[in-house]
Amino acid sequence: MSLLTDRRALMGLLARAAPDRLAALAGPLPEAIELRPAQTGTVMVQGRIGGTGAAFKMGEMVVTRCSVQVAGIAGHAHVQGRDKAHARTAAVLDAMWQADPARIAALLAPLAAEETARRQTRAAKAAATRVEFFTLVRGEDQ
Amino acid sequence: MYVAVKGGERAIDAAHAWLAEERRGDPAIPELSVAQIRSQLTLAVNRVMTEGALYDPDLAALAIKQARGDLIEAIFLLRAYRTTLPRLGTSQPLETAKMQVSRRISATFKDLPGGQVLGPTFDYTHRLLDFALMAEGEMPAAPTAPVRDDPVPHVMGLLDRDGLIEPAPEGGTPADLTRAPLEFPADRALRLQSIARGDEGFLLGLAYSTQRGYGRTHAFVGELRIGTVAVEMEIPELGFAVEIGEIEVSECETVNQFKGSKTEPPQFTRGYGLVFGQNERKALSVSLVDRALRWQELGEDFVGAPAQDEEFVLSHCDNVQATGFLEHIKLPHYVDFQAELELIRRLRREALQEAAE
Repeated sequence: MSLLTDRRALMGLLARAAPDRLAALAGPLPEAIELRPAQTGTVMVQGRIGGTGAAFKMGEMVVTRCSVQVAGIAGHAHVQGRDKAHARTAAVLDAMWQADPARIAALLAPLAAEETARRQTRAAKAAATRVEFFTLVRGEDQ
Repeated sequence: MYVAVKGGERAIDAAHAWLAEERRGDPAIPELSVAQIRSQLTLAVNRVMTEGALYDPDLAALAIKQARGDLIEAIFLLRAYRTTLPRLGTSQPLETAKMQVSRRISATFKDLPGGQVLGPTFDYTHRLLDFALMAEGEMPAAPTAPVRDDPVPHVMGLLDRDGLIEPAPEGGTPADLTRAPLEFPADRALRLQSIARGDEGFLLGLAYSTQRGYGRTHAFVGELRIGTVAVEMEIPELGFAVEIGEIEVSECETVNQFKGSKTEPPQFTRGYGLVFGQNERKALSVSLVDRALRWQELGEDFVGAPAQDEEFVLSHCDNVQATGFLEHIKLPHYVDFQAELELIRRLRREALQEAAE
Protein backbone atom coordinates (compact mmCIF):
# COMPACT_ATOMS: atom_id res chain seq x y z
CA MET A 1 0.00 0.00 0.00
CA SER A 2 1.85 3.04 -1.28
CA LEU A 3 -0.26 5.39 0.83
CA LEU A 4 1.39 4.28 4.06
CA THR A 5 5.02 4.64 3.09
CA ASP A 6 4.90 7.99 4.83
CA ARG A 7 4.39 8.40 8.58
CA ARG A 8 2.24 11.51 8.08
CA ALA A 9 -0.16 9.55 5.89
CA LEU A 10 -0.30 6.77 8.48
CA MET A 11 -1.04 9.16 11.34
CA GLY A 12 -3.75 10.91 9.32
CA LEU A 13 -5.40 7.59 8.50
CA LEU A 14 -5.30 6.53 12.16
CA ALA A 15 -6.73 9.89 13.29
CA ARG A 16 -9.68 9.71 10.88
CA ALA A 17 -10.45 6.03 11.46
CA ALA A 18 -13.66 4.86 13.12
CA PRO A 19 -12.48 3.55 16.52
CA ASP A 20 -14.35 0.22 16.30
CA ARG A 21 -13.08 -0.58 12.84
CA LEU A 22 -9.51 0.30 13.80
CA ALA A 23 -9.66 -1.89 16.90
CA ALA A 24 -11.03 -4.79 14.87
CA LEU A 25 -8.28 -4.53 12.25
CA ALA A 26 -5.47 -4.00 14.76
CA GLY A 27 -6.34 -7.12 16.75
CA PRO A 28 -4.40 -7.84 19.94
CA LEU A 29 -1.73 -5.21 20.56
CA PRO A 30 1.74 -5.75 22.06
CA GLU A 31 2.76 -4.54 25.52
CA ALA A 32 3.24 -0.78 25.60
CA ILE A 33 4.57 1.64 28.20
CA GLU A 34 2.44 4.76 28.46
CA LEU A 35 4.70 7.78 28.11
CA ARG A 36 1.68 10.04 28.29
CA PRO A 37 -1.66 8.39 29.05
CA ALA A 38 -4.55 9.21 26.75
CA GLN A 39 -5.89 12.70 27.41
CA THR A 40 -8.91 14.41 25.85
CA GLY A 41 -8.78 18.13 25.11
CA THR A 42 -9.40 20.61 22.37
CA VAL A 43 -7.48 21.99 19.44
CA MET A 44 -8.24 25.49 18.22
CA VAL A 45 -9.00 25.23 14.50
CA GLN A 46 -7.80 28.16 12.43
CA GLY A 47 -9.24 29.39 9.16
CA ARG A 48 -7.87 31.93 6.71
CA ILE A 49 -9.56 35.25 5.98
CA GLY A 50 -10.81 35.09 2.40
CA GLY A 51 -9.87 31.39 2.22
CA THR A 52 -6.21 32.12 1.48
CA GLY A 53 -5.22 35.07 3.71
CA ALA A 54 -4.30 35.73 7.32
CA ALA A 55 -5.27 33.21 9.99
CA PHE A 56 -8.20 33.58 12.39
CA LYS A 57 -9.54 31.33 15.15
CA MET A 58 -12.61 29.51 13.94
CA GLY A 59 -13.59 27.32 16.89
CA GLU A 60 -12.27 24.25 18.66
CA MET A 61 -12.49 20.54 17.95
CA VAL A 62 -12.31 17.68 20.43
CA VAL A 63 -9.10 15.68 20.16
CA THR A 64 -7.58 12.87 22.24
CA ARG A 65 -3.82 12.36 22.37
CA CYS A 66 -1.63 9.56 23.65
CA SER A 67 2.07 8.65 23.62
CA VAL A 68 3.41 5.14 24.20
CA GLN A 69 6.62 3.18 23.90
CA VAL A 70 6.64 -0.22 22.21
CA ALA A 71 9.92 -2.20 22.26
CA GLY A 72 11.89 0.99 22.85
CA ILE A 73 10.19 2.99 20.07
CA ALA A 74 7.97 5.98 20.89
CA GLY A 75 4.62 6.19 19.16
CA HIS A 76 2.36 9.26 19.19
CA ALA A 77 -1.24 9.89 18.28
CA HIS A 78 -3.72 12.75 18.10
CA VAL A 79 -7.16 11.52 17.08
CA GLN A 80 -10.48 13.26 16.56
CA GLY A 81 -13.07 12.74 19.30
CA ARG A 82 -13.07 11.55 22.91
CA ASP A 83 -12.18 7.88 22.47
CA LYS A 84 -9.13 7.15 24.63
CA ALA A 85 -8.79 3.56 23.40
CA HIS A 86 -8.70 4.91 19.84
CA ALA A 87 -5.82 7.27 20.71
CA ARG A 88 -3.89 4.51 22.49
CA THR A 89 -4.35 2.05 19.63
CA ALA A 90 -3.23 4.70 17.14
CA ALA A 91 -0.11 5.48 19.21
CA VAL A 92 0.80 1.80 19.48
CA LEU A 93 0.35 1.34 15.73
CA ASP A 94 2.51 4.41 15.08
CA ALA A 95 5.32 2.82 17.12
CA MET A 96 4.84 -0.55 15.38
CA TRP A 97 4.88 1.11 11.96
CA GLN A 98 8.29 2.64 12.69
CA ALA A 99 9.66 -0.86 13.44
CA ASP A 100 8.03 -2.55 10.46
CA PRO A 101 6.22 -0.22 8.03
CA ALA A 102 5.30 -2.94 5.54
CA ARG A 103 3.51 -5.10 8.12
CA ILE A 104 1.44 -2.22 9.52
CA ALA A 105 0.69 -0.90 6.03
CA ALA A 106 -0.67 -4.33 5.09
CA LEU A 107 -2.66 -4.54 8.32
CA LEU A 108 -4.29 -1.14 7.71
CA ALA A 109 -4.73 -1.52 3.95
CA PRO A 110 -8.47 -2.31 4.30
CA LEU A 111 -8.95 0.87 6.35
CA ALA A 112 -7.37 3.00 3.63
CA ALA A 113 -9.39 1.21 0.93
CA GLU A 114 -12.67 1.71 2.83
CA GLU A 115 -11.94 5.40 3.32
CA THR A 116 -11.17 5.85 -0.37
CA ALA A 117 -14.41 4.04 -1.28
CA ARG A 118 -16.43 6.26 1.10
CA ARG A 119 -14.90 9.40 -0.40
CA GLN A 120 -15.50 8.13 -3.94
CA THR A 121 -19.16 7.47 -3.15
CA ARG A 122 -19.64 11.02 -1.87
CA ALA A 123 -17.73 12.47 -4.81
CA ALA A 124 -19.88 10.44 -7.22
CA LYS A 125 -23.08 11.75 -5.61
CA ALA A 126 -21.71 15.29 -5.82
CA ALA A 127 -20.80 14.73 -9.48
CA ALA A 128 -24.42 13.76 -10.20
CA THR A 129 -25.52 17.18 -8.88
CA ARG A 130 -23.10 19.08 -11.11
CA VAL A 131 -25.01 21.45 -13.37
CA GLU A 132 -24.49 21.05 -17.11
CA PHE A 133 -25.67 24.35 -18.58
CA PHE A 134 -27.06 24.65 -22.03
CA THR A 135 -28.07 27.93 -23.61
CA LEU A 136 -31.24 28.55 -25.59
CA VAL A 137 -30.46 30.98 -28.39
CA ARG A 138 -33.20 33.49 -29.15
CA GLY A 139 -34.06 34.25 -32.78
CA GLU A 140 -33.17 37.96 -32.75
CA ASP A 141 -29.69 37.25 -31.37
CA GLN A 142 -28.63 35.16 -34.33
CA MET B 1 -26.58 43.12 48.71
CA TYR B 2 -27.18 39.41 48.29
CA VAL B 3 -28.96 37.45 50.95
CA ALA B 4 -28.94 33.67 50.81
CA VAL B 5 -32.35 32.10 51.14
CA LYS B 6 -32.70 28.36 51.52
CA GLY B 7 -35.64 26.07 51.16
CA GLY B 8 -36.08 25.40 47.43
CA GLU B 9 -34.11 22.15 47.18
CA ARG B 10 -37.05 19.77 47.34
CA ALA B 11 -38.99 21.76 44.74
CA ILE B 12 -35.93 21.97 42.47
CA ASP B 13 -35.28 18.23 42.70
CA ALA B 14 -38.90 17.51 41.83
CA ALA B 15 -38.78 19.99 38.93
CA HIS B 16 -35.69 18.28 37.51
CA ALA B 17 -37.21 14.83 37.91
CA TRP B 18 -40.28 16.00 36.01
CA LEU B 19 -38.04 17.60 33.38
CA ALA B 20 -36.35 14.22 32.82
CA GLU B 21 -39.74 12.56 32.44
CA GLU B 22 -40.98 15.20 30.00
CA ARG B 23 -37.74 14.88 28.03
CA ARG B 24 -38.39 11.17 27.56
CA GLY B 25 -41.98 11.87 26.47
CA ASP B 26 -44.51 9.09 25.98
CA PRO B 27 -42.79 5.85 27.05
CA ALA B 28 -44.90 3.98 24.49
CA ILE B 29 -42.90 5.75 21.74
CA PRO B 30 -39.33 4.49 21.16
CA GLU B 31 -36.60 6.66 22.67
CA LEU B 32 -34.38 8.75 20.35
CA SER B 33 -30.75 7.69 20.34
CA VAL B 34 -27.86 10.14 20.16
CA ALA B 35 -26.74 8.39 16.96
CA GLN B 36 -30.17 9.03 15.41
CA ILE B 37 -29.96 12.72 16.26
CA ARG B 38 -26.41 12.91 14.91
CA SER B 39 -27.25 11.29 11.60
CA GLN B 40 -30.82 12.50 11.02
CA LEU B 41 -30.92 15.98 12.58
CA THR B 42 -27.52 16.84 11.15
CA LEU B 43 -28.22 20.50 10.48
CA ALA B 44 -29.28 21.05 14.09
CA VAL B 45 -26.09 19.27 15.18
CA ASN B 46 -24.09 21.55 12.88
CA ARG B 47 -25.68 24.67 14.31
CA VAL B 48 -24.95 23.55 17.87
CA MET B 49 -21.30 22.82 16.97
CA THR B 50 -20.87 26.17 15.23
CA GLU B 51 -22.43 28.31 17.94
CA GLY B 52 -21.02 26.10 20.68
CA ALA B 53 -17.66 26.73 18.93
CA LEU B 54 -16.73 23.08 19.45
CA TYR B 55 -16.61 20.48 16.68
CA ASP B 56 -17.83 17.14 18.01
CA PRO B 57 -21.00 15.74 16.38
CA ASP B 58 -21.57 13.15 19.13
CA LEU B 59 -21.47 15.70 21.93
CA ALA B 60 -23.63 18.15 19.99
CA ALA B 61 -26.22 15.41 19.41
CA LEU B 62 -26.15 14.50 23.10
CA ALA B 63 -26.63 18.17 24.01
CA ILE B 64 -29.66 18.40 21.68
CA LYS B 65 -31.20 15.33 23.31
CA GLN B 66 -30.54 16.62 26.81
CA ALA B 67 -31.91 20.08 25.90
CA ARG B 68 -35.13 18.57 24.48
CA GLY B 69 -34.34 20.16 21.11
CA ASP B 70 -33.81 23.67 22.53
CA LEU B 71 -30.76 24.54 20.44
CA ILE B 72 -29.63 27.54 22.50
CA GLU B 73 -29.75 25.37 25.64
CA ALA B 74 -27.76 22.71 23.73
CA ILE B 75 -25.18 25.33 22.68
CA PHE B 76 -24.91 26.38 26.32
CA LEU B 77 -24.27 22.75 27.37
CA LEU B 78 -21.55 22.36 24.75
CA ARG B 79 -19.86 25.63 25.75
CA ALA B 80 -19.93 24.55 29.39
CA TYR B 81 -18.39 21.17 28.53
CA ARG B 82 -15.66 22.89 26.53
CA THR B 83 -14.49 24.76 29.60
CA THR B 84 -13.64 21.43 31.28
CA LEU B 85 -11.16 20.45 28.55
CA PRO B 86 -7.49 21.42 28.35
CA ARG B 87 -6.29 23.13 25.17
CA LEU B 88 -3.89 20.75 23.42
CA GLY B 89 -2.82 23.08 20.65
CA THR B 90 -3.73 25.18 17.63
CA SER B 91 -4.18 23.81 14.13
CA GLN B 92 -2.50 25.01 10.99
CA PRO B 93 -4.87 27.32 9.06
CA LEU B 94 -7.32 25.19 7.03
CA GLU B 95 -6.68 24.85 3.31
CA THR B 96 -10.23 25.20 2.04
CA ALA B 97 -8.96 25.18 -1.56
CA LYS B 98 -8.27 21.45 -0.98
CA MET B 99 -11.80 20.81 0.30
CA GLN B 100 -13.57 17.66 -0.90
CA VAL B 101 -16.69 19.52 -1.93
CA SER B 102 -20.19 18.15 -1.58
CA ARG B 103 -21.61 21.51 -2.68
CA ARG B 104 -20.00 24.38 -4.53
CA ILE B 105 -21.88 27.15 -6.28
CA SER B 106 -21.17 30.62 -7.60
CA ALA B 107 -23.77 33.27 -8.30
CA THR B 108 -21.26 35.41 -10.20
CA PHE B 109 -19.85 33.01 -12.78
CA LYS B 110 -21.83 30.40 -14.64
CA ASP B 111 -18.92 28.46 -16.08
CA LEU B 112 -16.04 28.02 -13.71
CA PRO B 113 -13.32 25.42 -13.20
CA GLY B 114 -14.71 22.57 -11.12
CA GLY B 115 -18.29 23.43 -12.09
CA GLN B 116 -21.43 24.24 -10.14
CA VAL B 117 -22.16 21.36 -7.76
CA LEU B 118 -25.54 21.60 -6.03
CA GLY B 119 -25.01 18.94 -3.36
CA PRO B 120 -27.73 17.95 -0.87
CA THR B 121 -29.58 21.28 -0.91
CA PHE B 122 -33.07 22.53 0.01
CA ASP B 123 -32.79 25.02 -2.88
CA TYR B 124 -35.27 24.30 -5.71
CA THR B 125 -37.45 22.15 -3.44
CA HIS B 126 -41.09 23.23 -3.47
CA ARG B 127 -41.35 23.58 0.30
CA LEU B 128 -44.41 21.35 0.32
CA LEU B 129 -44.74 19.10 3.34
CA ASP B 130 -43.72 15.59 2.33
CA PHE B 131 -46.21 13.26 3.94
CA ALA B 132 -44.21 10.30 2.71
CA LEU B 133 -41.79 11.07 5.55
CA MET B 134 -44.55 10.30 8.05
CA ALA B 135 -44.57 6.73 6.85
CA GLU B 136 -41.57 4.52 7.34
CA GLY B 137 -40.15 3.32 4.08
CA GLU B 138 -37.16 2.60 1.93
CA MET B 139 -35.28 5.55 0.53
CA PRO B 140 -34.25 5.42 -3.12
CA ALA B 141 -30.47 5.71 -3.50
CA ALA B 142 -29.13 9.08 -4.65
CA PRO B 143 -27.87 8.97 -8.24
CA THR B 144 -24.14 8.97 -8.90
CA ALA B 145 -22.03 10.10 -11.82
CA PRO B 146 -18.41 9.53 -12.80
CA VAL B 147 -16.06 11.60 -10.66
CA ARG B 148 -13.95 14.14 -12.54
CA ASP B 149 -10.72 14.92 -10.85
CA ASP B 150 -10.61 18.59 -11.94
CA PRO B 151 -9.30 20.96 -9.31
CA VAL B 152 -11.93 23.18 -7.68
CA PRO B 153 -10.09 26.50 -7.24
CA HIS B 154 -11.50 29.41 -5.24
CA VAL B 155 -13.54 31.68 -7.50
CA MET B 156 -11.92 34.74 -5.92
CA GLY B 157 -8.58 33.58 -7.32
CA LEU B 158 -9.96 34.12 -10.84
CA LEU B 159 -10.82 37.76 -10.08
CA ASP B 160 -7.65 38.25 -8.07
CA ARG B 161 -5.50 37.20 -11.03
CA ASP B 162 -6.72 40.22 -12.99
CA GLY B 163 -6.50 42.60 -10.02
CA LEU B 164 -10.28 43.08 -10.13
CA ILE B 165 -10.76 42.29 -6.44
CA GLU B 166 -8.92 43.28 -3.30
CA PRO B 167 -6.39 40.64 -2.22
CA ALA B 168 -6.99 38.65 0.98
CA PRO B 169 -5.17 40.23 3.95
CA GLU B 170 -1.88 38.63 4.98
CA GLY B 171 0.04 38.17 8.19
CA GLY B 172 -0.53 38.87 11.86
CA THR B 173 -1.14 36.57 14.79
CA PRO B 174 -4.86 36.30 15.44
CA ALA B 175 -6.22 37.06 18.90
CA ASP B 176 -8.45 34.46 20.60
CA LEU B 177 -11.56 35.58 22.39
CA THR B 178 -11.66 32.35 24.41
CA ARG B 179 -8.33 33.39 25.98
CA ALA B 180 -8.61 37.17 26.39
CA PRO B 181 -11.75 39.25 26.84
CA LEU B 182 -13.11 40.97 23.74
CA GLU B 183 -11.86 44.55 23.41
CA PHE B 184 -12.77 47.26 20.93
CA PRO B 185 -11.76 48.04 18.30
CA ALA B 186 -11.51 44.36 17.33
CA ASP B 187 -9.54 43.42 14.24
CA ARG B 188 -11.07 41.42 11.41
CA ALA B 189 -9.72 38.06 12.63
CA LEU B 190 -11.30 38.56 16.05
CA ARG B 191 -14.58 39.74 14.52
CA LEU B 192 -14.70 36.61 12.35
CA GLN B 193 -14.18 34.38 15.41
CA SER B 194 -16.87 36.21 17.30
CA ILE B 195 -19.53 36.18 14.58
CA ALA B 196 -18.74 32.60 13.52
CA ARG B 197 -20.00 31.52 16.98
CA GLY B 198 -22.74 34.18 17.02
CA ASP B 199 -26.45 33.45 16.96
CA GLU B 200 -27.66 32.47 13.50
CA GLY B 201 -30.94 34.34 13.81
CA PHE B 202 -29.29 37.53 15.03
CA LEU B 203 -26.72 37.49 12.22
CA LEU B 204 -29.35 36.60 9.63
CA GLY B 205 -31.37 39.64 10.72
CA LEU B 206 -28.32 41.90 10.54
CA ALA B 207 -27.27 40.55 7.14
CA TYR B 208 -30.81 41.06 5.86
CA SER B 209 -30.82 44.62 7.20
CA THR B 210 -27.76 45.42 5.05
CA GLN B 211 -29.60 44.13 1.99
CA ARG B 212 -32.58 46.32 2.81
CA GLY B 213 -30.43 49.44 2.97
CA TYR B 214 -29.08 49.71 6.52
CA GLY B 215 -25.42 49.78 5.52
CA ARG B 216 -25.82 48.43 2.02
CA THR B 217 -22.79 46.69 0.49
CA HIS B 218 -24.27 45.15 -2.70
CA ALA B 219 -23.21 41.55 -2.03
CA PHE B 220 -23.02 38.84 -4.68
CA VAL B 221 -22.21 35.28 -3.65
CA GLY B 222 -18.89 34.82 -5.37
CA GLU B 223 -18.65 31.32 -4.01
CA LEU B 224 -20.29 29.06 -1.49
CA ARG B 225 -18.63 25.74 -0.81
CA ILE B 226 -19.41 22.96 1.63
CA GLY B 227 -17.31 19.88 2.18
CA THR B 228 -14.67 18.21 4.29
CA VAL B 229 -11.20 19.56 4.99
CA ALA B 230 -8.25 18.01 6.78
CA VAL B 231 -7.18 19.58 10.07
CA GLU B 232 -3.43 19.52 10.57
CA MET B 233 -1.44 20.40 13.64
CA GLU B 234 2.25 20.56 14.32
CA ILE B 235 3.16 17.98 16.95
CA PRO B 236 6.10 19.11 19.13
CA GLU B 237 7.33 15.51 19.68
CA LEU B 238 7.52 14.98 15.93
CA GLY B 239 8.58 18.39 14.68
CA PHE B 240 6.19 18.21 11.73
CA ALA B 241 2.48 18.69 11.11
CA VAL B 242 0.15 15.72 10.94
CA GLU B 243 -3.52 15.37 10.19
CA ILE B 244 -5.50 15.09 13.43
CA GLY B 245 -8.90 14.72 11.82
CA GLU B 246 -11.28 15.85 9.16
CA ILE B 247 -14.14 18.31 9.60
CA GLU B 248 -17.02 19.52 7.49
CA VAL B 249 -17.20 23.27 6.94
CA SER B 250 -19.24 25.81 4.98
CA GLU B 251 -17.37 28.69 3.39
CA CYS B 252 -18.87 31.75 1.75
CA GLU B 253 -17.16 34.55 -0.09
CA THR B 254 -19.05 37.58 -1.26
CA VAL B 255 -18.06 40.02 -3.97
CA ASN B 256 -19.11 43.52 -2.97
CA GLN B 257 -19.21 47.05 -4.26
CA PHE B 258 -16.05 48.68 -5.42
CA LYS B 259 -13.66 50.95 -3.79
CA GLY B 260 -11.06 53.04 -5.52
CA SER B 261 -9.00 56.10 -4.82
CA LYS B 262 -6.83 58.65 -6.59
CA THR B 263 -3.97 56.16 -6.63
CA GLU B 264 -5.86 52.85 -6.88
CA PRO B 265 -8.22 51.96 -9.73
CA PRO B 266 -11.64 50.63 -8.64
CA GLN B 267 -11.68 47.08 -7.27
CA PHE B 268 -14.35 44.78 -5.91
CA THR B 269 -14.23 44.23 -2.14
CA ARG B 270 -15.06 41.01 -0.31
CA GLY B 271 -16.75 39.55 2.74
CA TYR B 272 -15.94 36.14 4.23
CA GLY B 273 -17.65 33.53 6.37
CA LEU B 274 -16.41 30.12 7.55
CA VAL B 275 -18.41 27.92 9.92
CA PHE B 276 -18.57 24.28 11.06
CA GLY B 277 -20.75 21.76 9.24
CA GLN B 278 -23.26 22.26 6.45
CA ASN B 279 -24.61 25.61 7.56
CA GLU B 280 -24.87 27.84 4.54
CA ARG B 281 -27.38 30.40 5.84
CA LYS B 282 -24.95 31.09 8.66
CA ALA B 283 -21.88 31.25 6.38
CA LEU B 284 -23.73 33.69 4.11
CA SER B 285 -24.88 35.84 7.05
CA VAL B 286 -21.37 35.94 8.50
CA SER B 287 -19.87 37.09 5.21
CA LEU B 288 -22.41 39.90 4.77
CA VAL B 289 -21.91 41.10 8.35
CA ASP B 290 -18.12 40.76 8.01
CA ARG B 291 -18.25 43.04 4.98
CA ALA B 292 -20.54 45.59 6.64
CA LEU B 293 -18.18 45.80 9.65
CA ARG B 294 -15.27 46.71 7.35
CA TRP B 295 -16.63 50.20 6.50
CA GLN B 296 -13.82 52.06 8.26
CA GLU B 297 -10.97 50.07 6.73
CA LEU B 298 -12.50 50.59 3.27
CA GLY B 299 -13.06 54.33 3.74
CA GLU B 300 -16.86 54.11 3.64
CA ASP B 301 -19.26 56.30 5.60
CA PHE B 302 -20.73 55.17 8.90
CA VAL B 303 -24.43 55.57 8.24
CA GLY B 304 -25.44 54.50 11.74
CA ALA B 305 -26.59 51.06 10.57
CA PRO B 306 -26.61 48.37 13.28
CA ALA B 307 -24.58 45.98 11.08
CA GLN B 308 -21.77 48.57 10.83
CA ASP B 309 -21.51 49.02 14.59
CA GLU B 310 -18.87 46.53 15.72
CA GLU B 311 -19.47 47.04 19.42
CA PHE B 312 -23.21 46.52 18.97
CA VAL B 313 -22.77 43.43 16.78
CA LEU B 314 -20.03 41.69 18.75
CA SER B 315 -21.48 42.46 22.16
CA HIS B 316 -24.90 41.08 21.30
CA CYS B 317 -24.35 38.21 18.84
CA ASP B 318 -23.43 35.57 21.43
CA ASN B 319 -26.63 33.76 22.34
CA VAL B 320 -25.16 32.08 25.43
CA GLN B 321 -24.21 35.44 26.92
CA ALA B 322 -27.49 36.96 25.80
CA THR B 323 -29.70 34.22 27.14
CA GLY B 324 -27.73 34.07 30.40
CA PHE B 325 -28.24 37.74 31.09
CA LEU B 326 -31.81 37.79 29.84
CA GLU B 327 -32.91 34.71 31.75
CA HIS B 328 -31.22 35.65 34.99
CA ILE B 329 -34.03 38.15 35.60
CA LYS B 330 -36.30 35.14 36.23
CA LEU B 331 -34.26 34.25 39.29
CA PRO B 332 -35.18 35.65 42.71
CA HIS B 333 -34.61 39.40 43.00
CA TYR B 334 -36.63 39.63 46.21
CA VAL B 335 -34.25 42.00 47.98
CA ASP B 336 -33.76 44.32 44.97
CA PHE B 337 -37.48 44.47 44.47
CA GLN B 338 -38.12 45.03 48.16
CA ALA B 339 -35.88 48.13 47.97
CA GLU B 340 -37.81 49.43 44.93
CA LEU B 341 -41.06 48.79 46.72
CA GLU B 342 -39.82 50.65 49.77
CA LEU B 343 -38.77 53.57 47.58
CA ILE B 344 -41.99 53.87 45.64
CA ARG B 345 -44.04 53.73 48.87
CA ARG B 346 -41.98 56.58 50.30
CA LEU B 347 -42.27 58.67 47.11
CA ARG B 348 -46.02 58.16 47.04
CA ARG B 349 -46.31 59.06 50.70
CA GLU B 350 -44.36 62.27 50.11
CA ALA B 351 -46.38 63.16 47.01
CA LEU B 352 -49.65 62.63 48.87
CA GLN B 353 -48.43 64.74 51.79
CA GLU B 354 -47.40 67.56 49.44
CA ALA B 355 -50.78 67.42 47.73
CA ALA B 356 -52.52 67.63 51.11
CA GLU B 357 -50.50 70.66 52.26
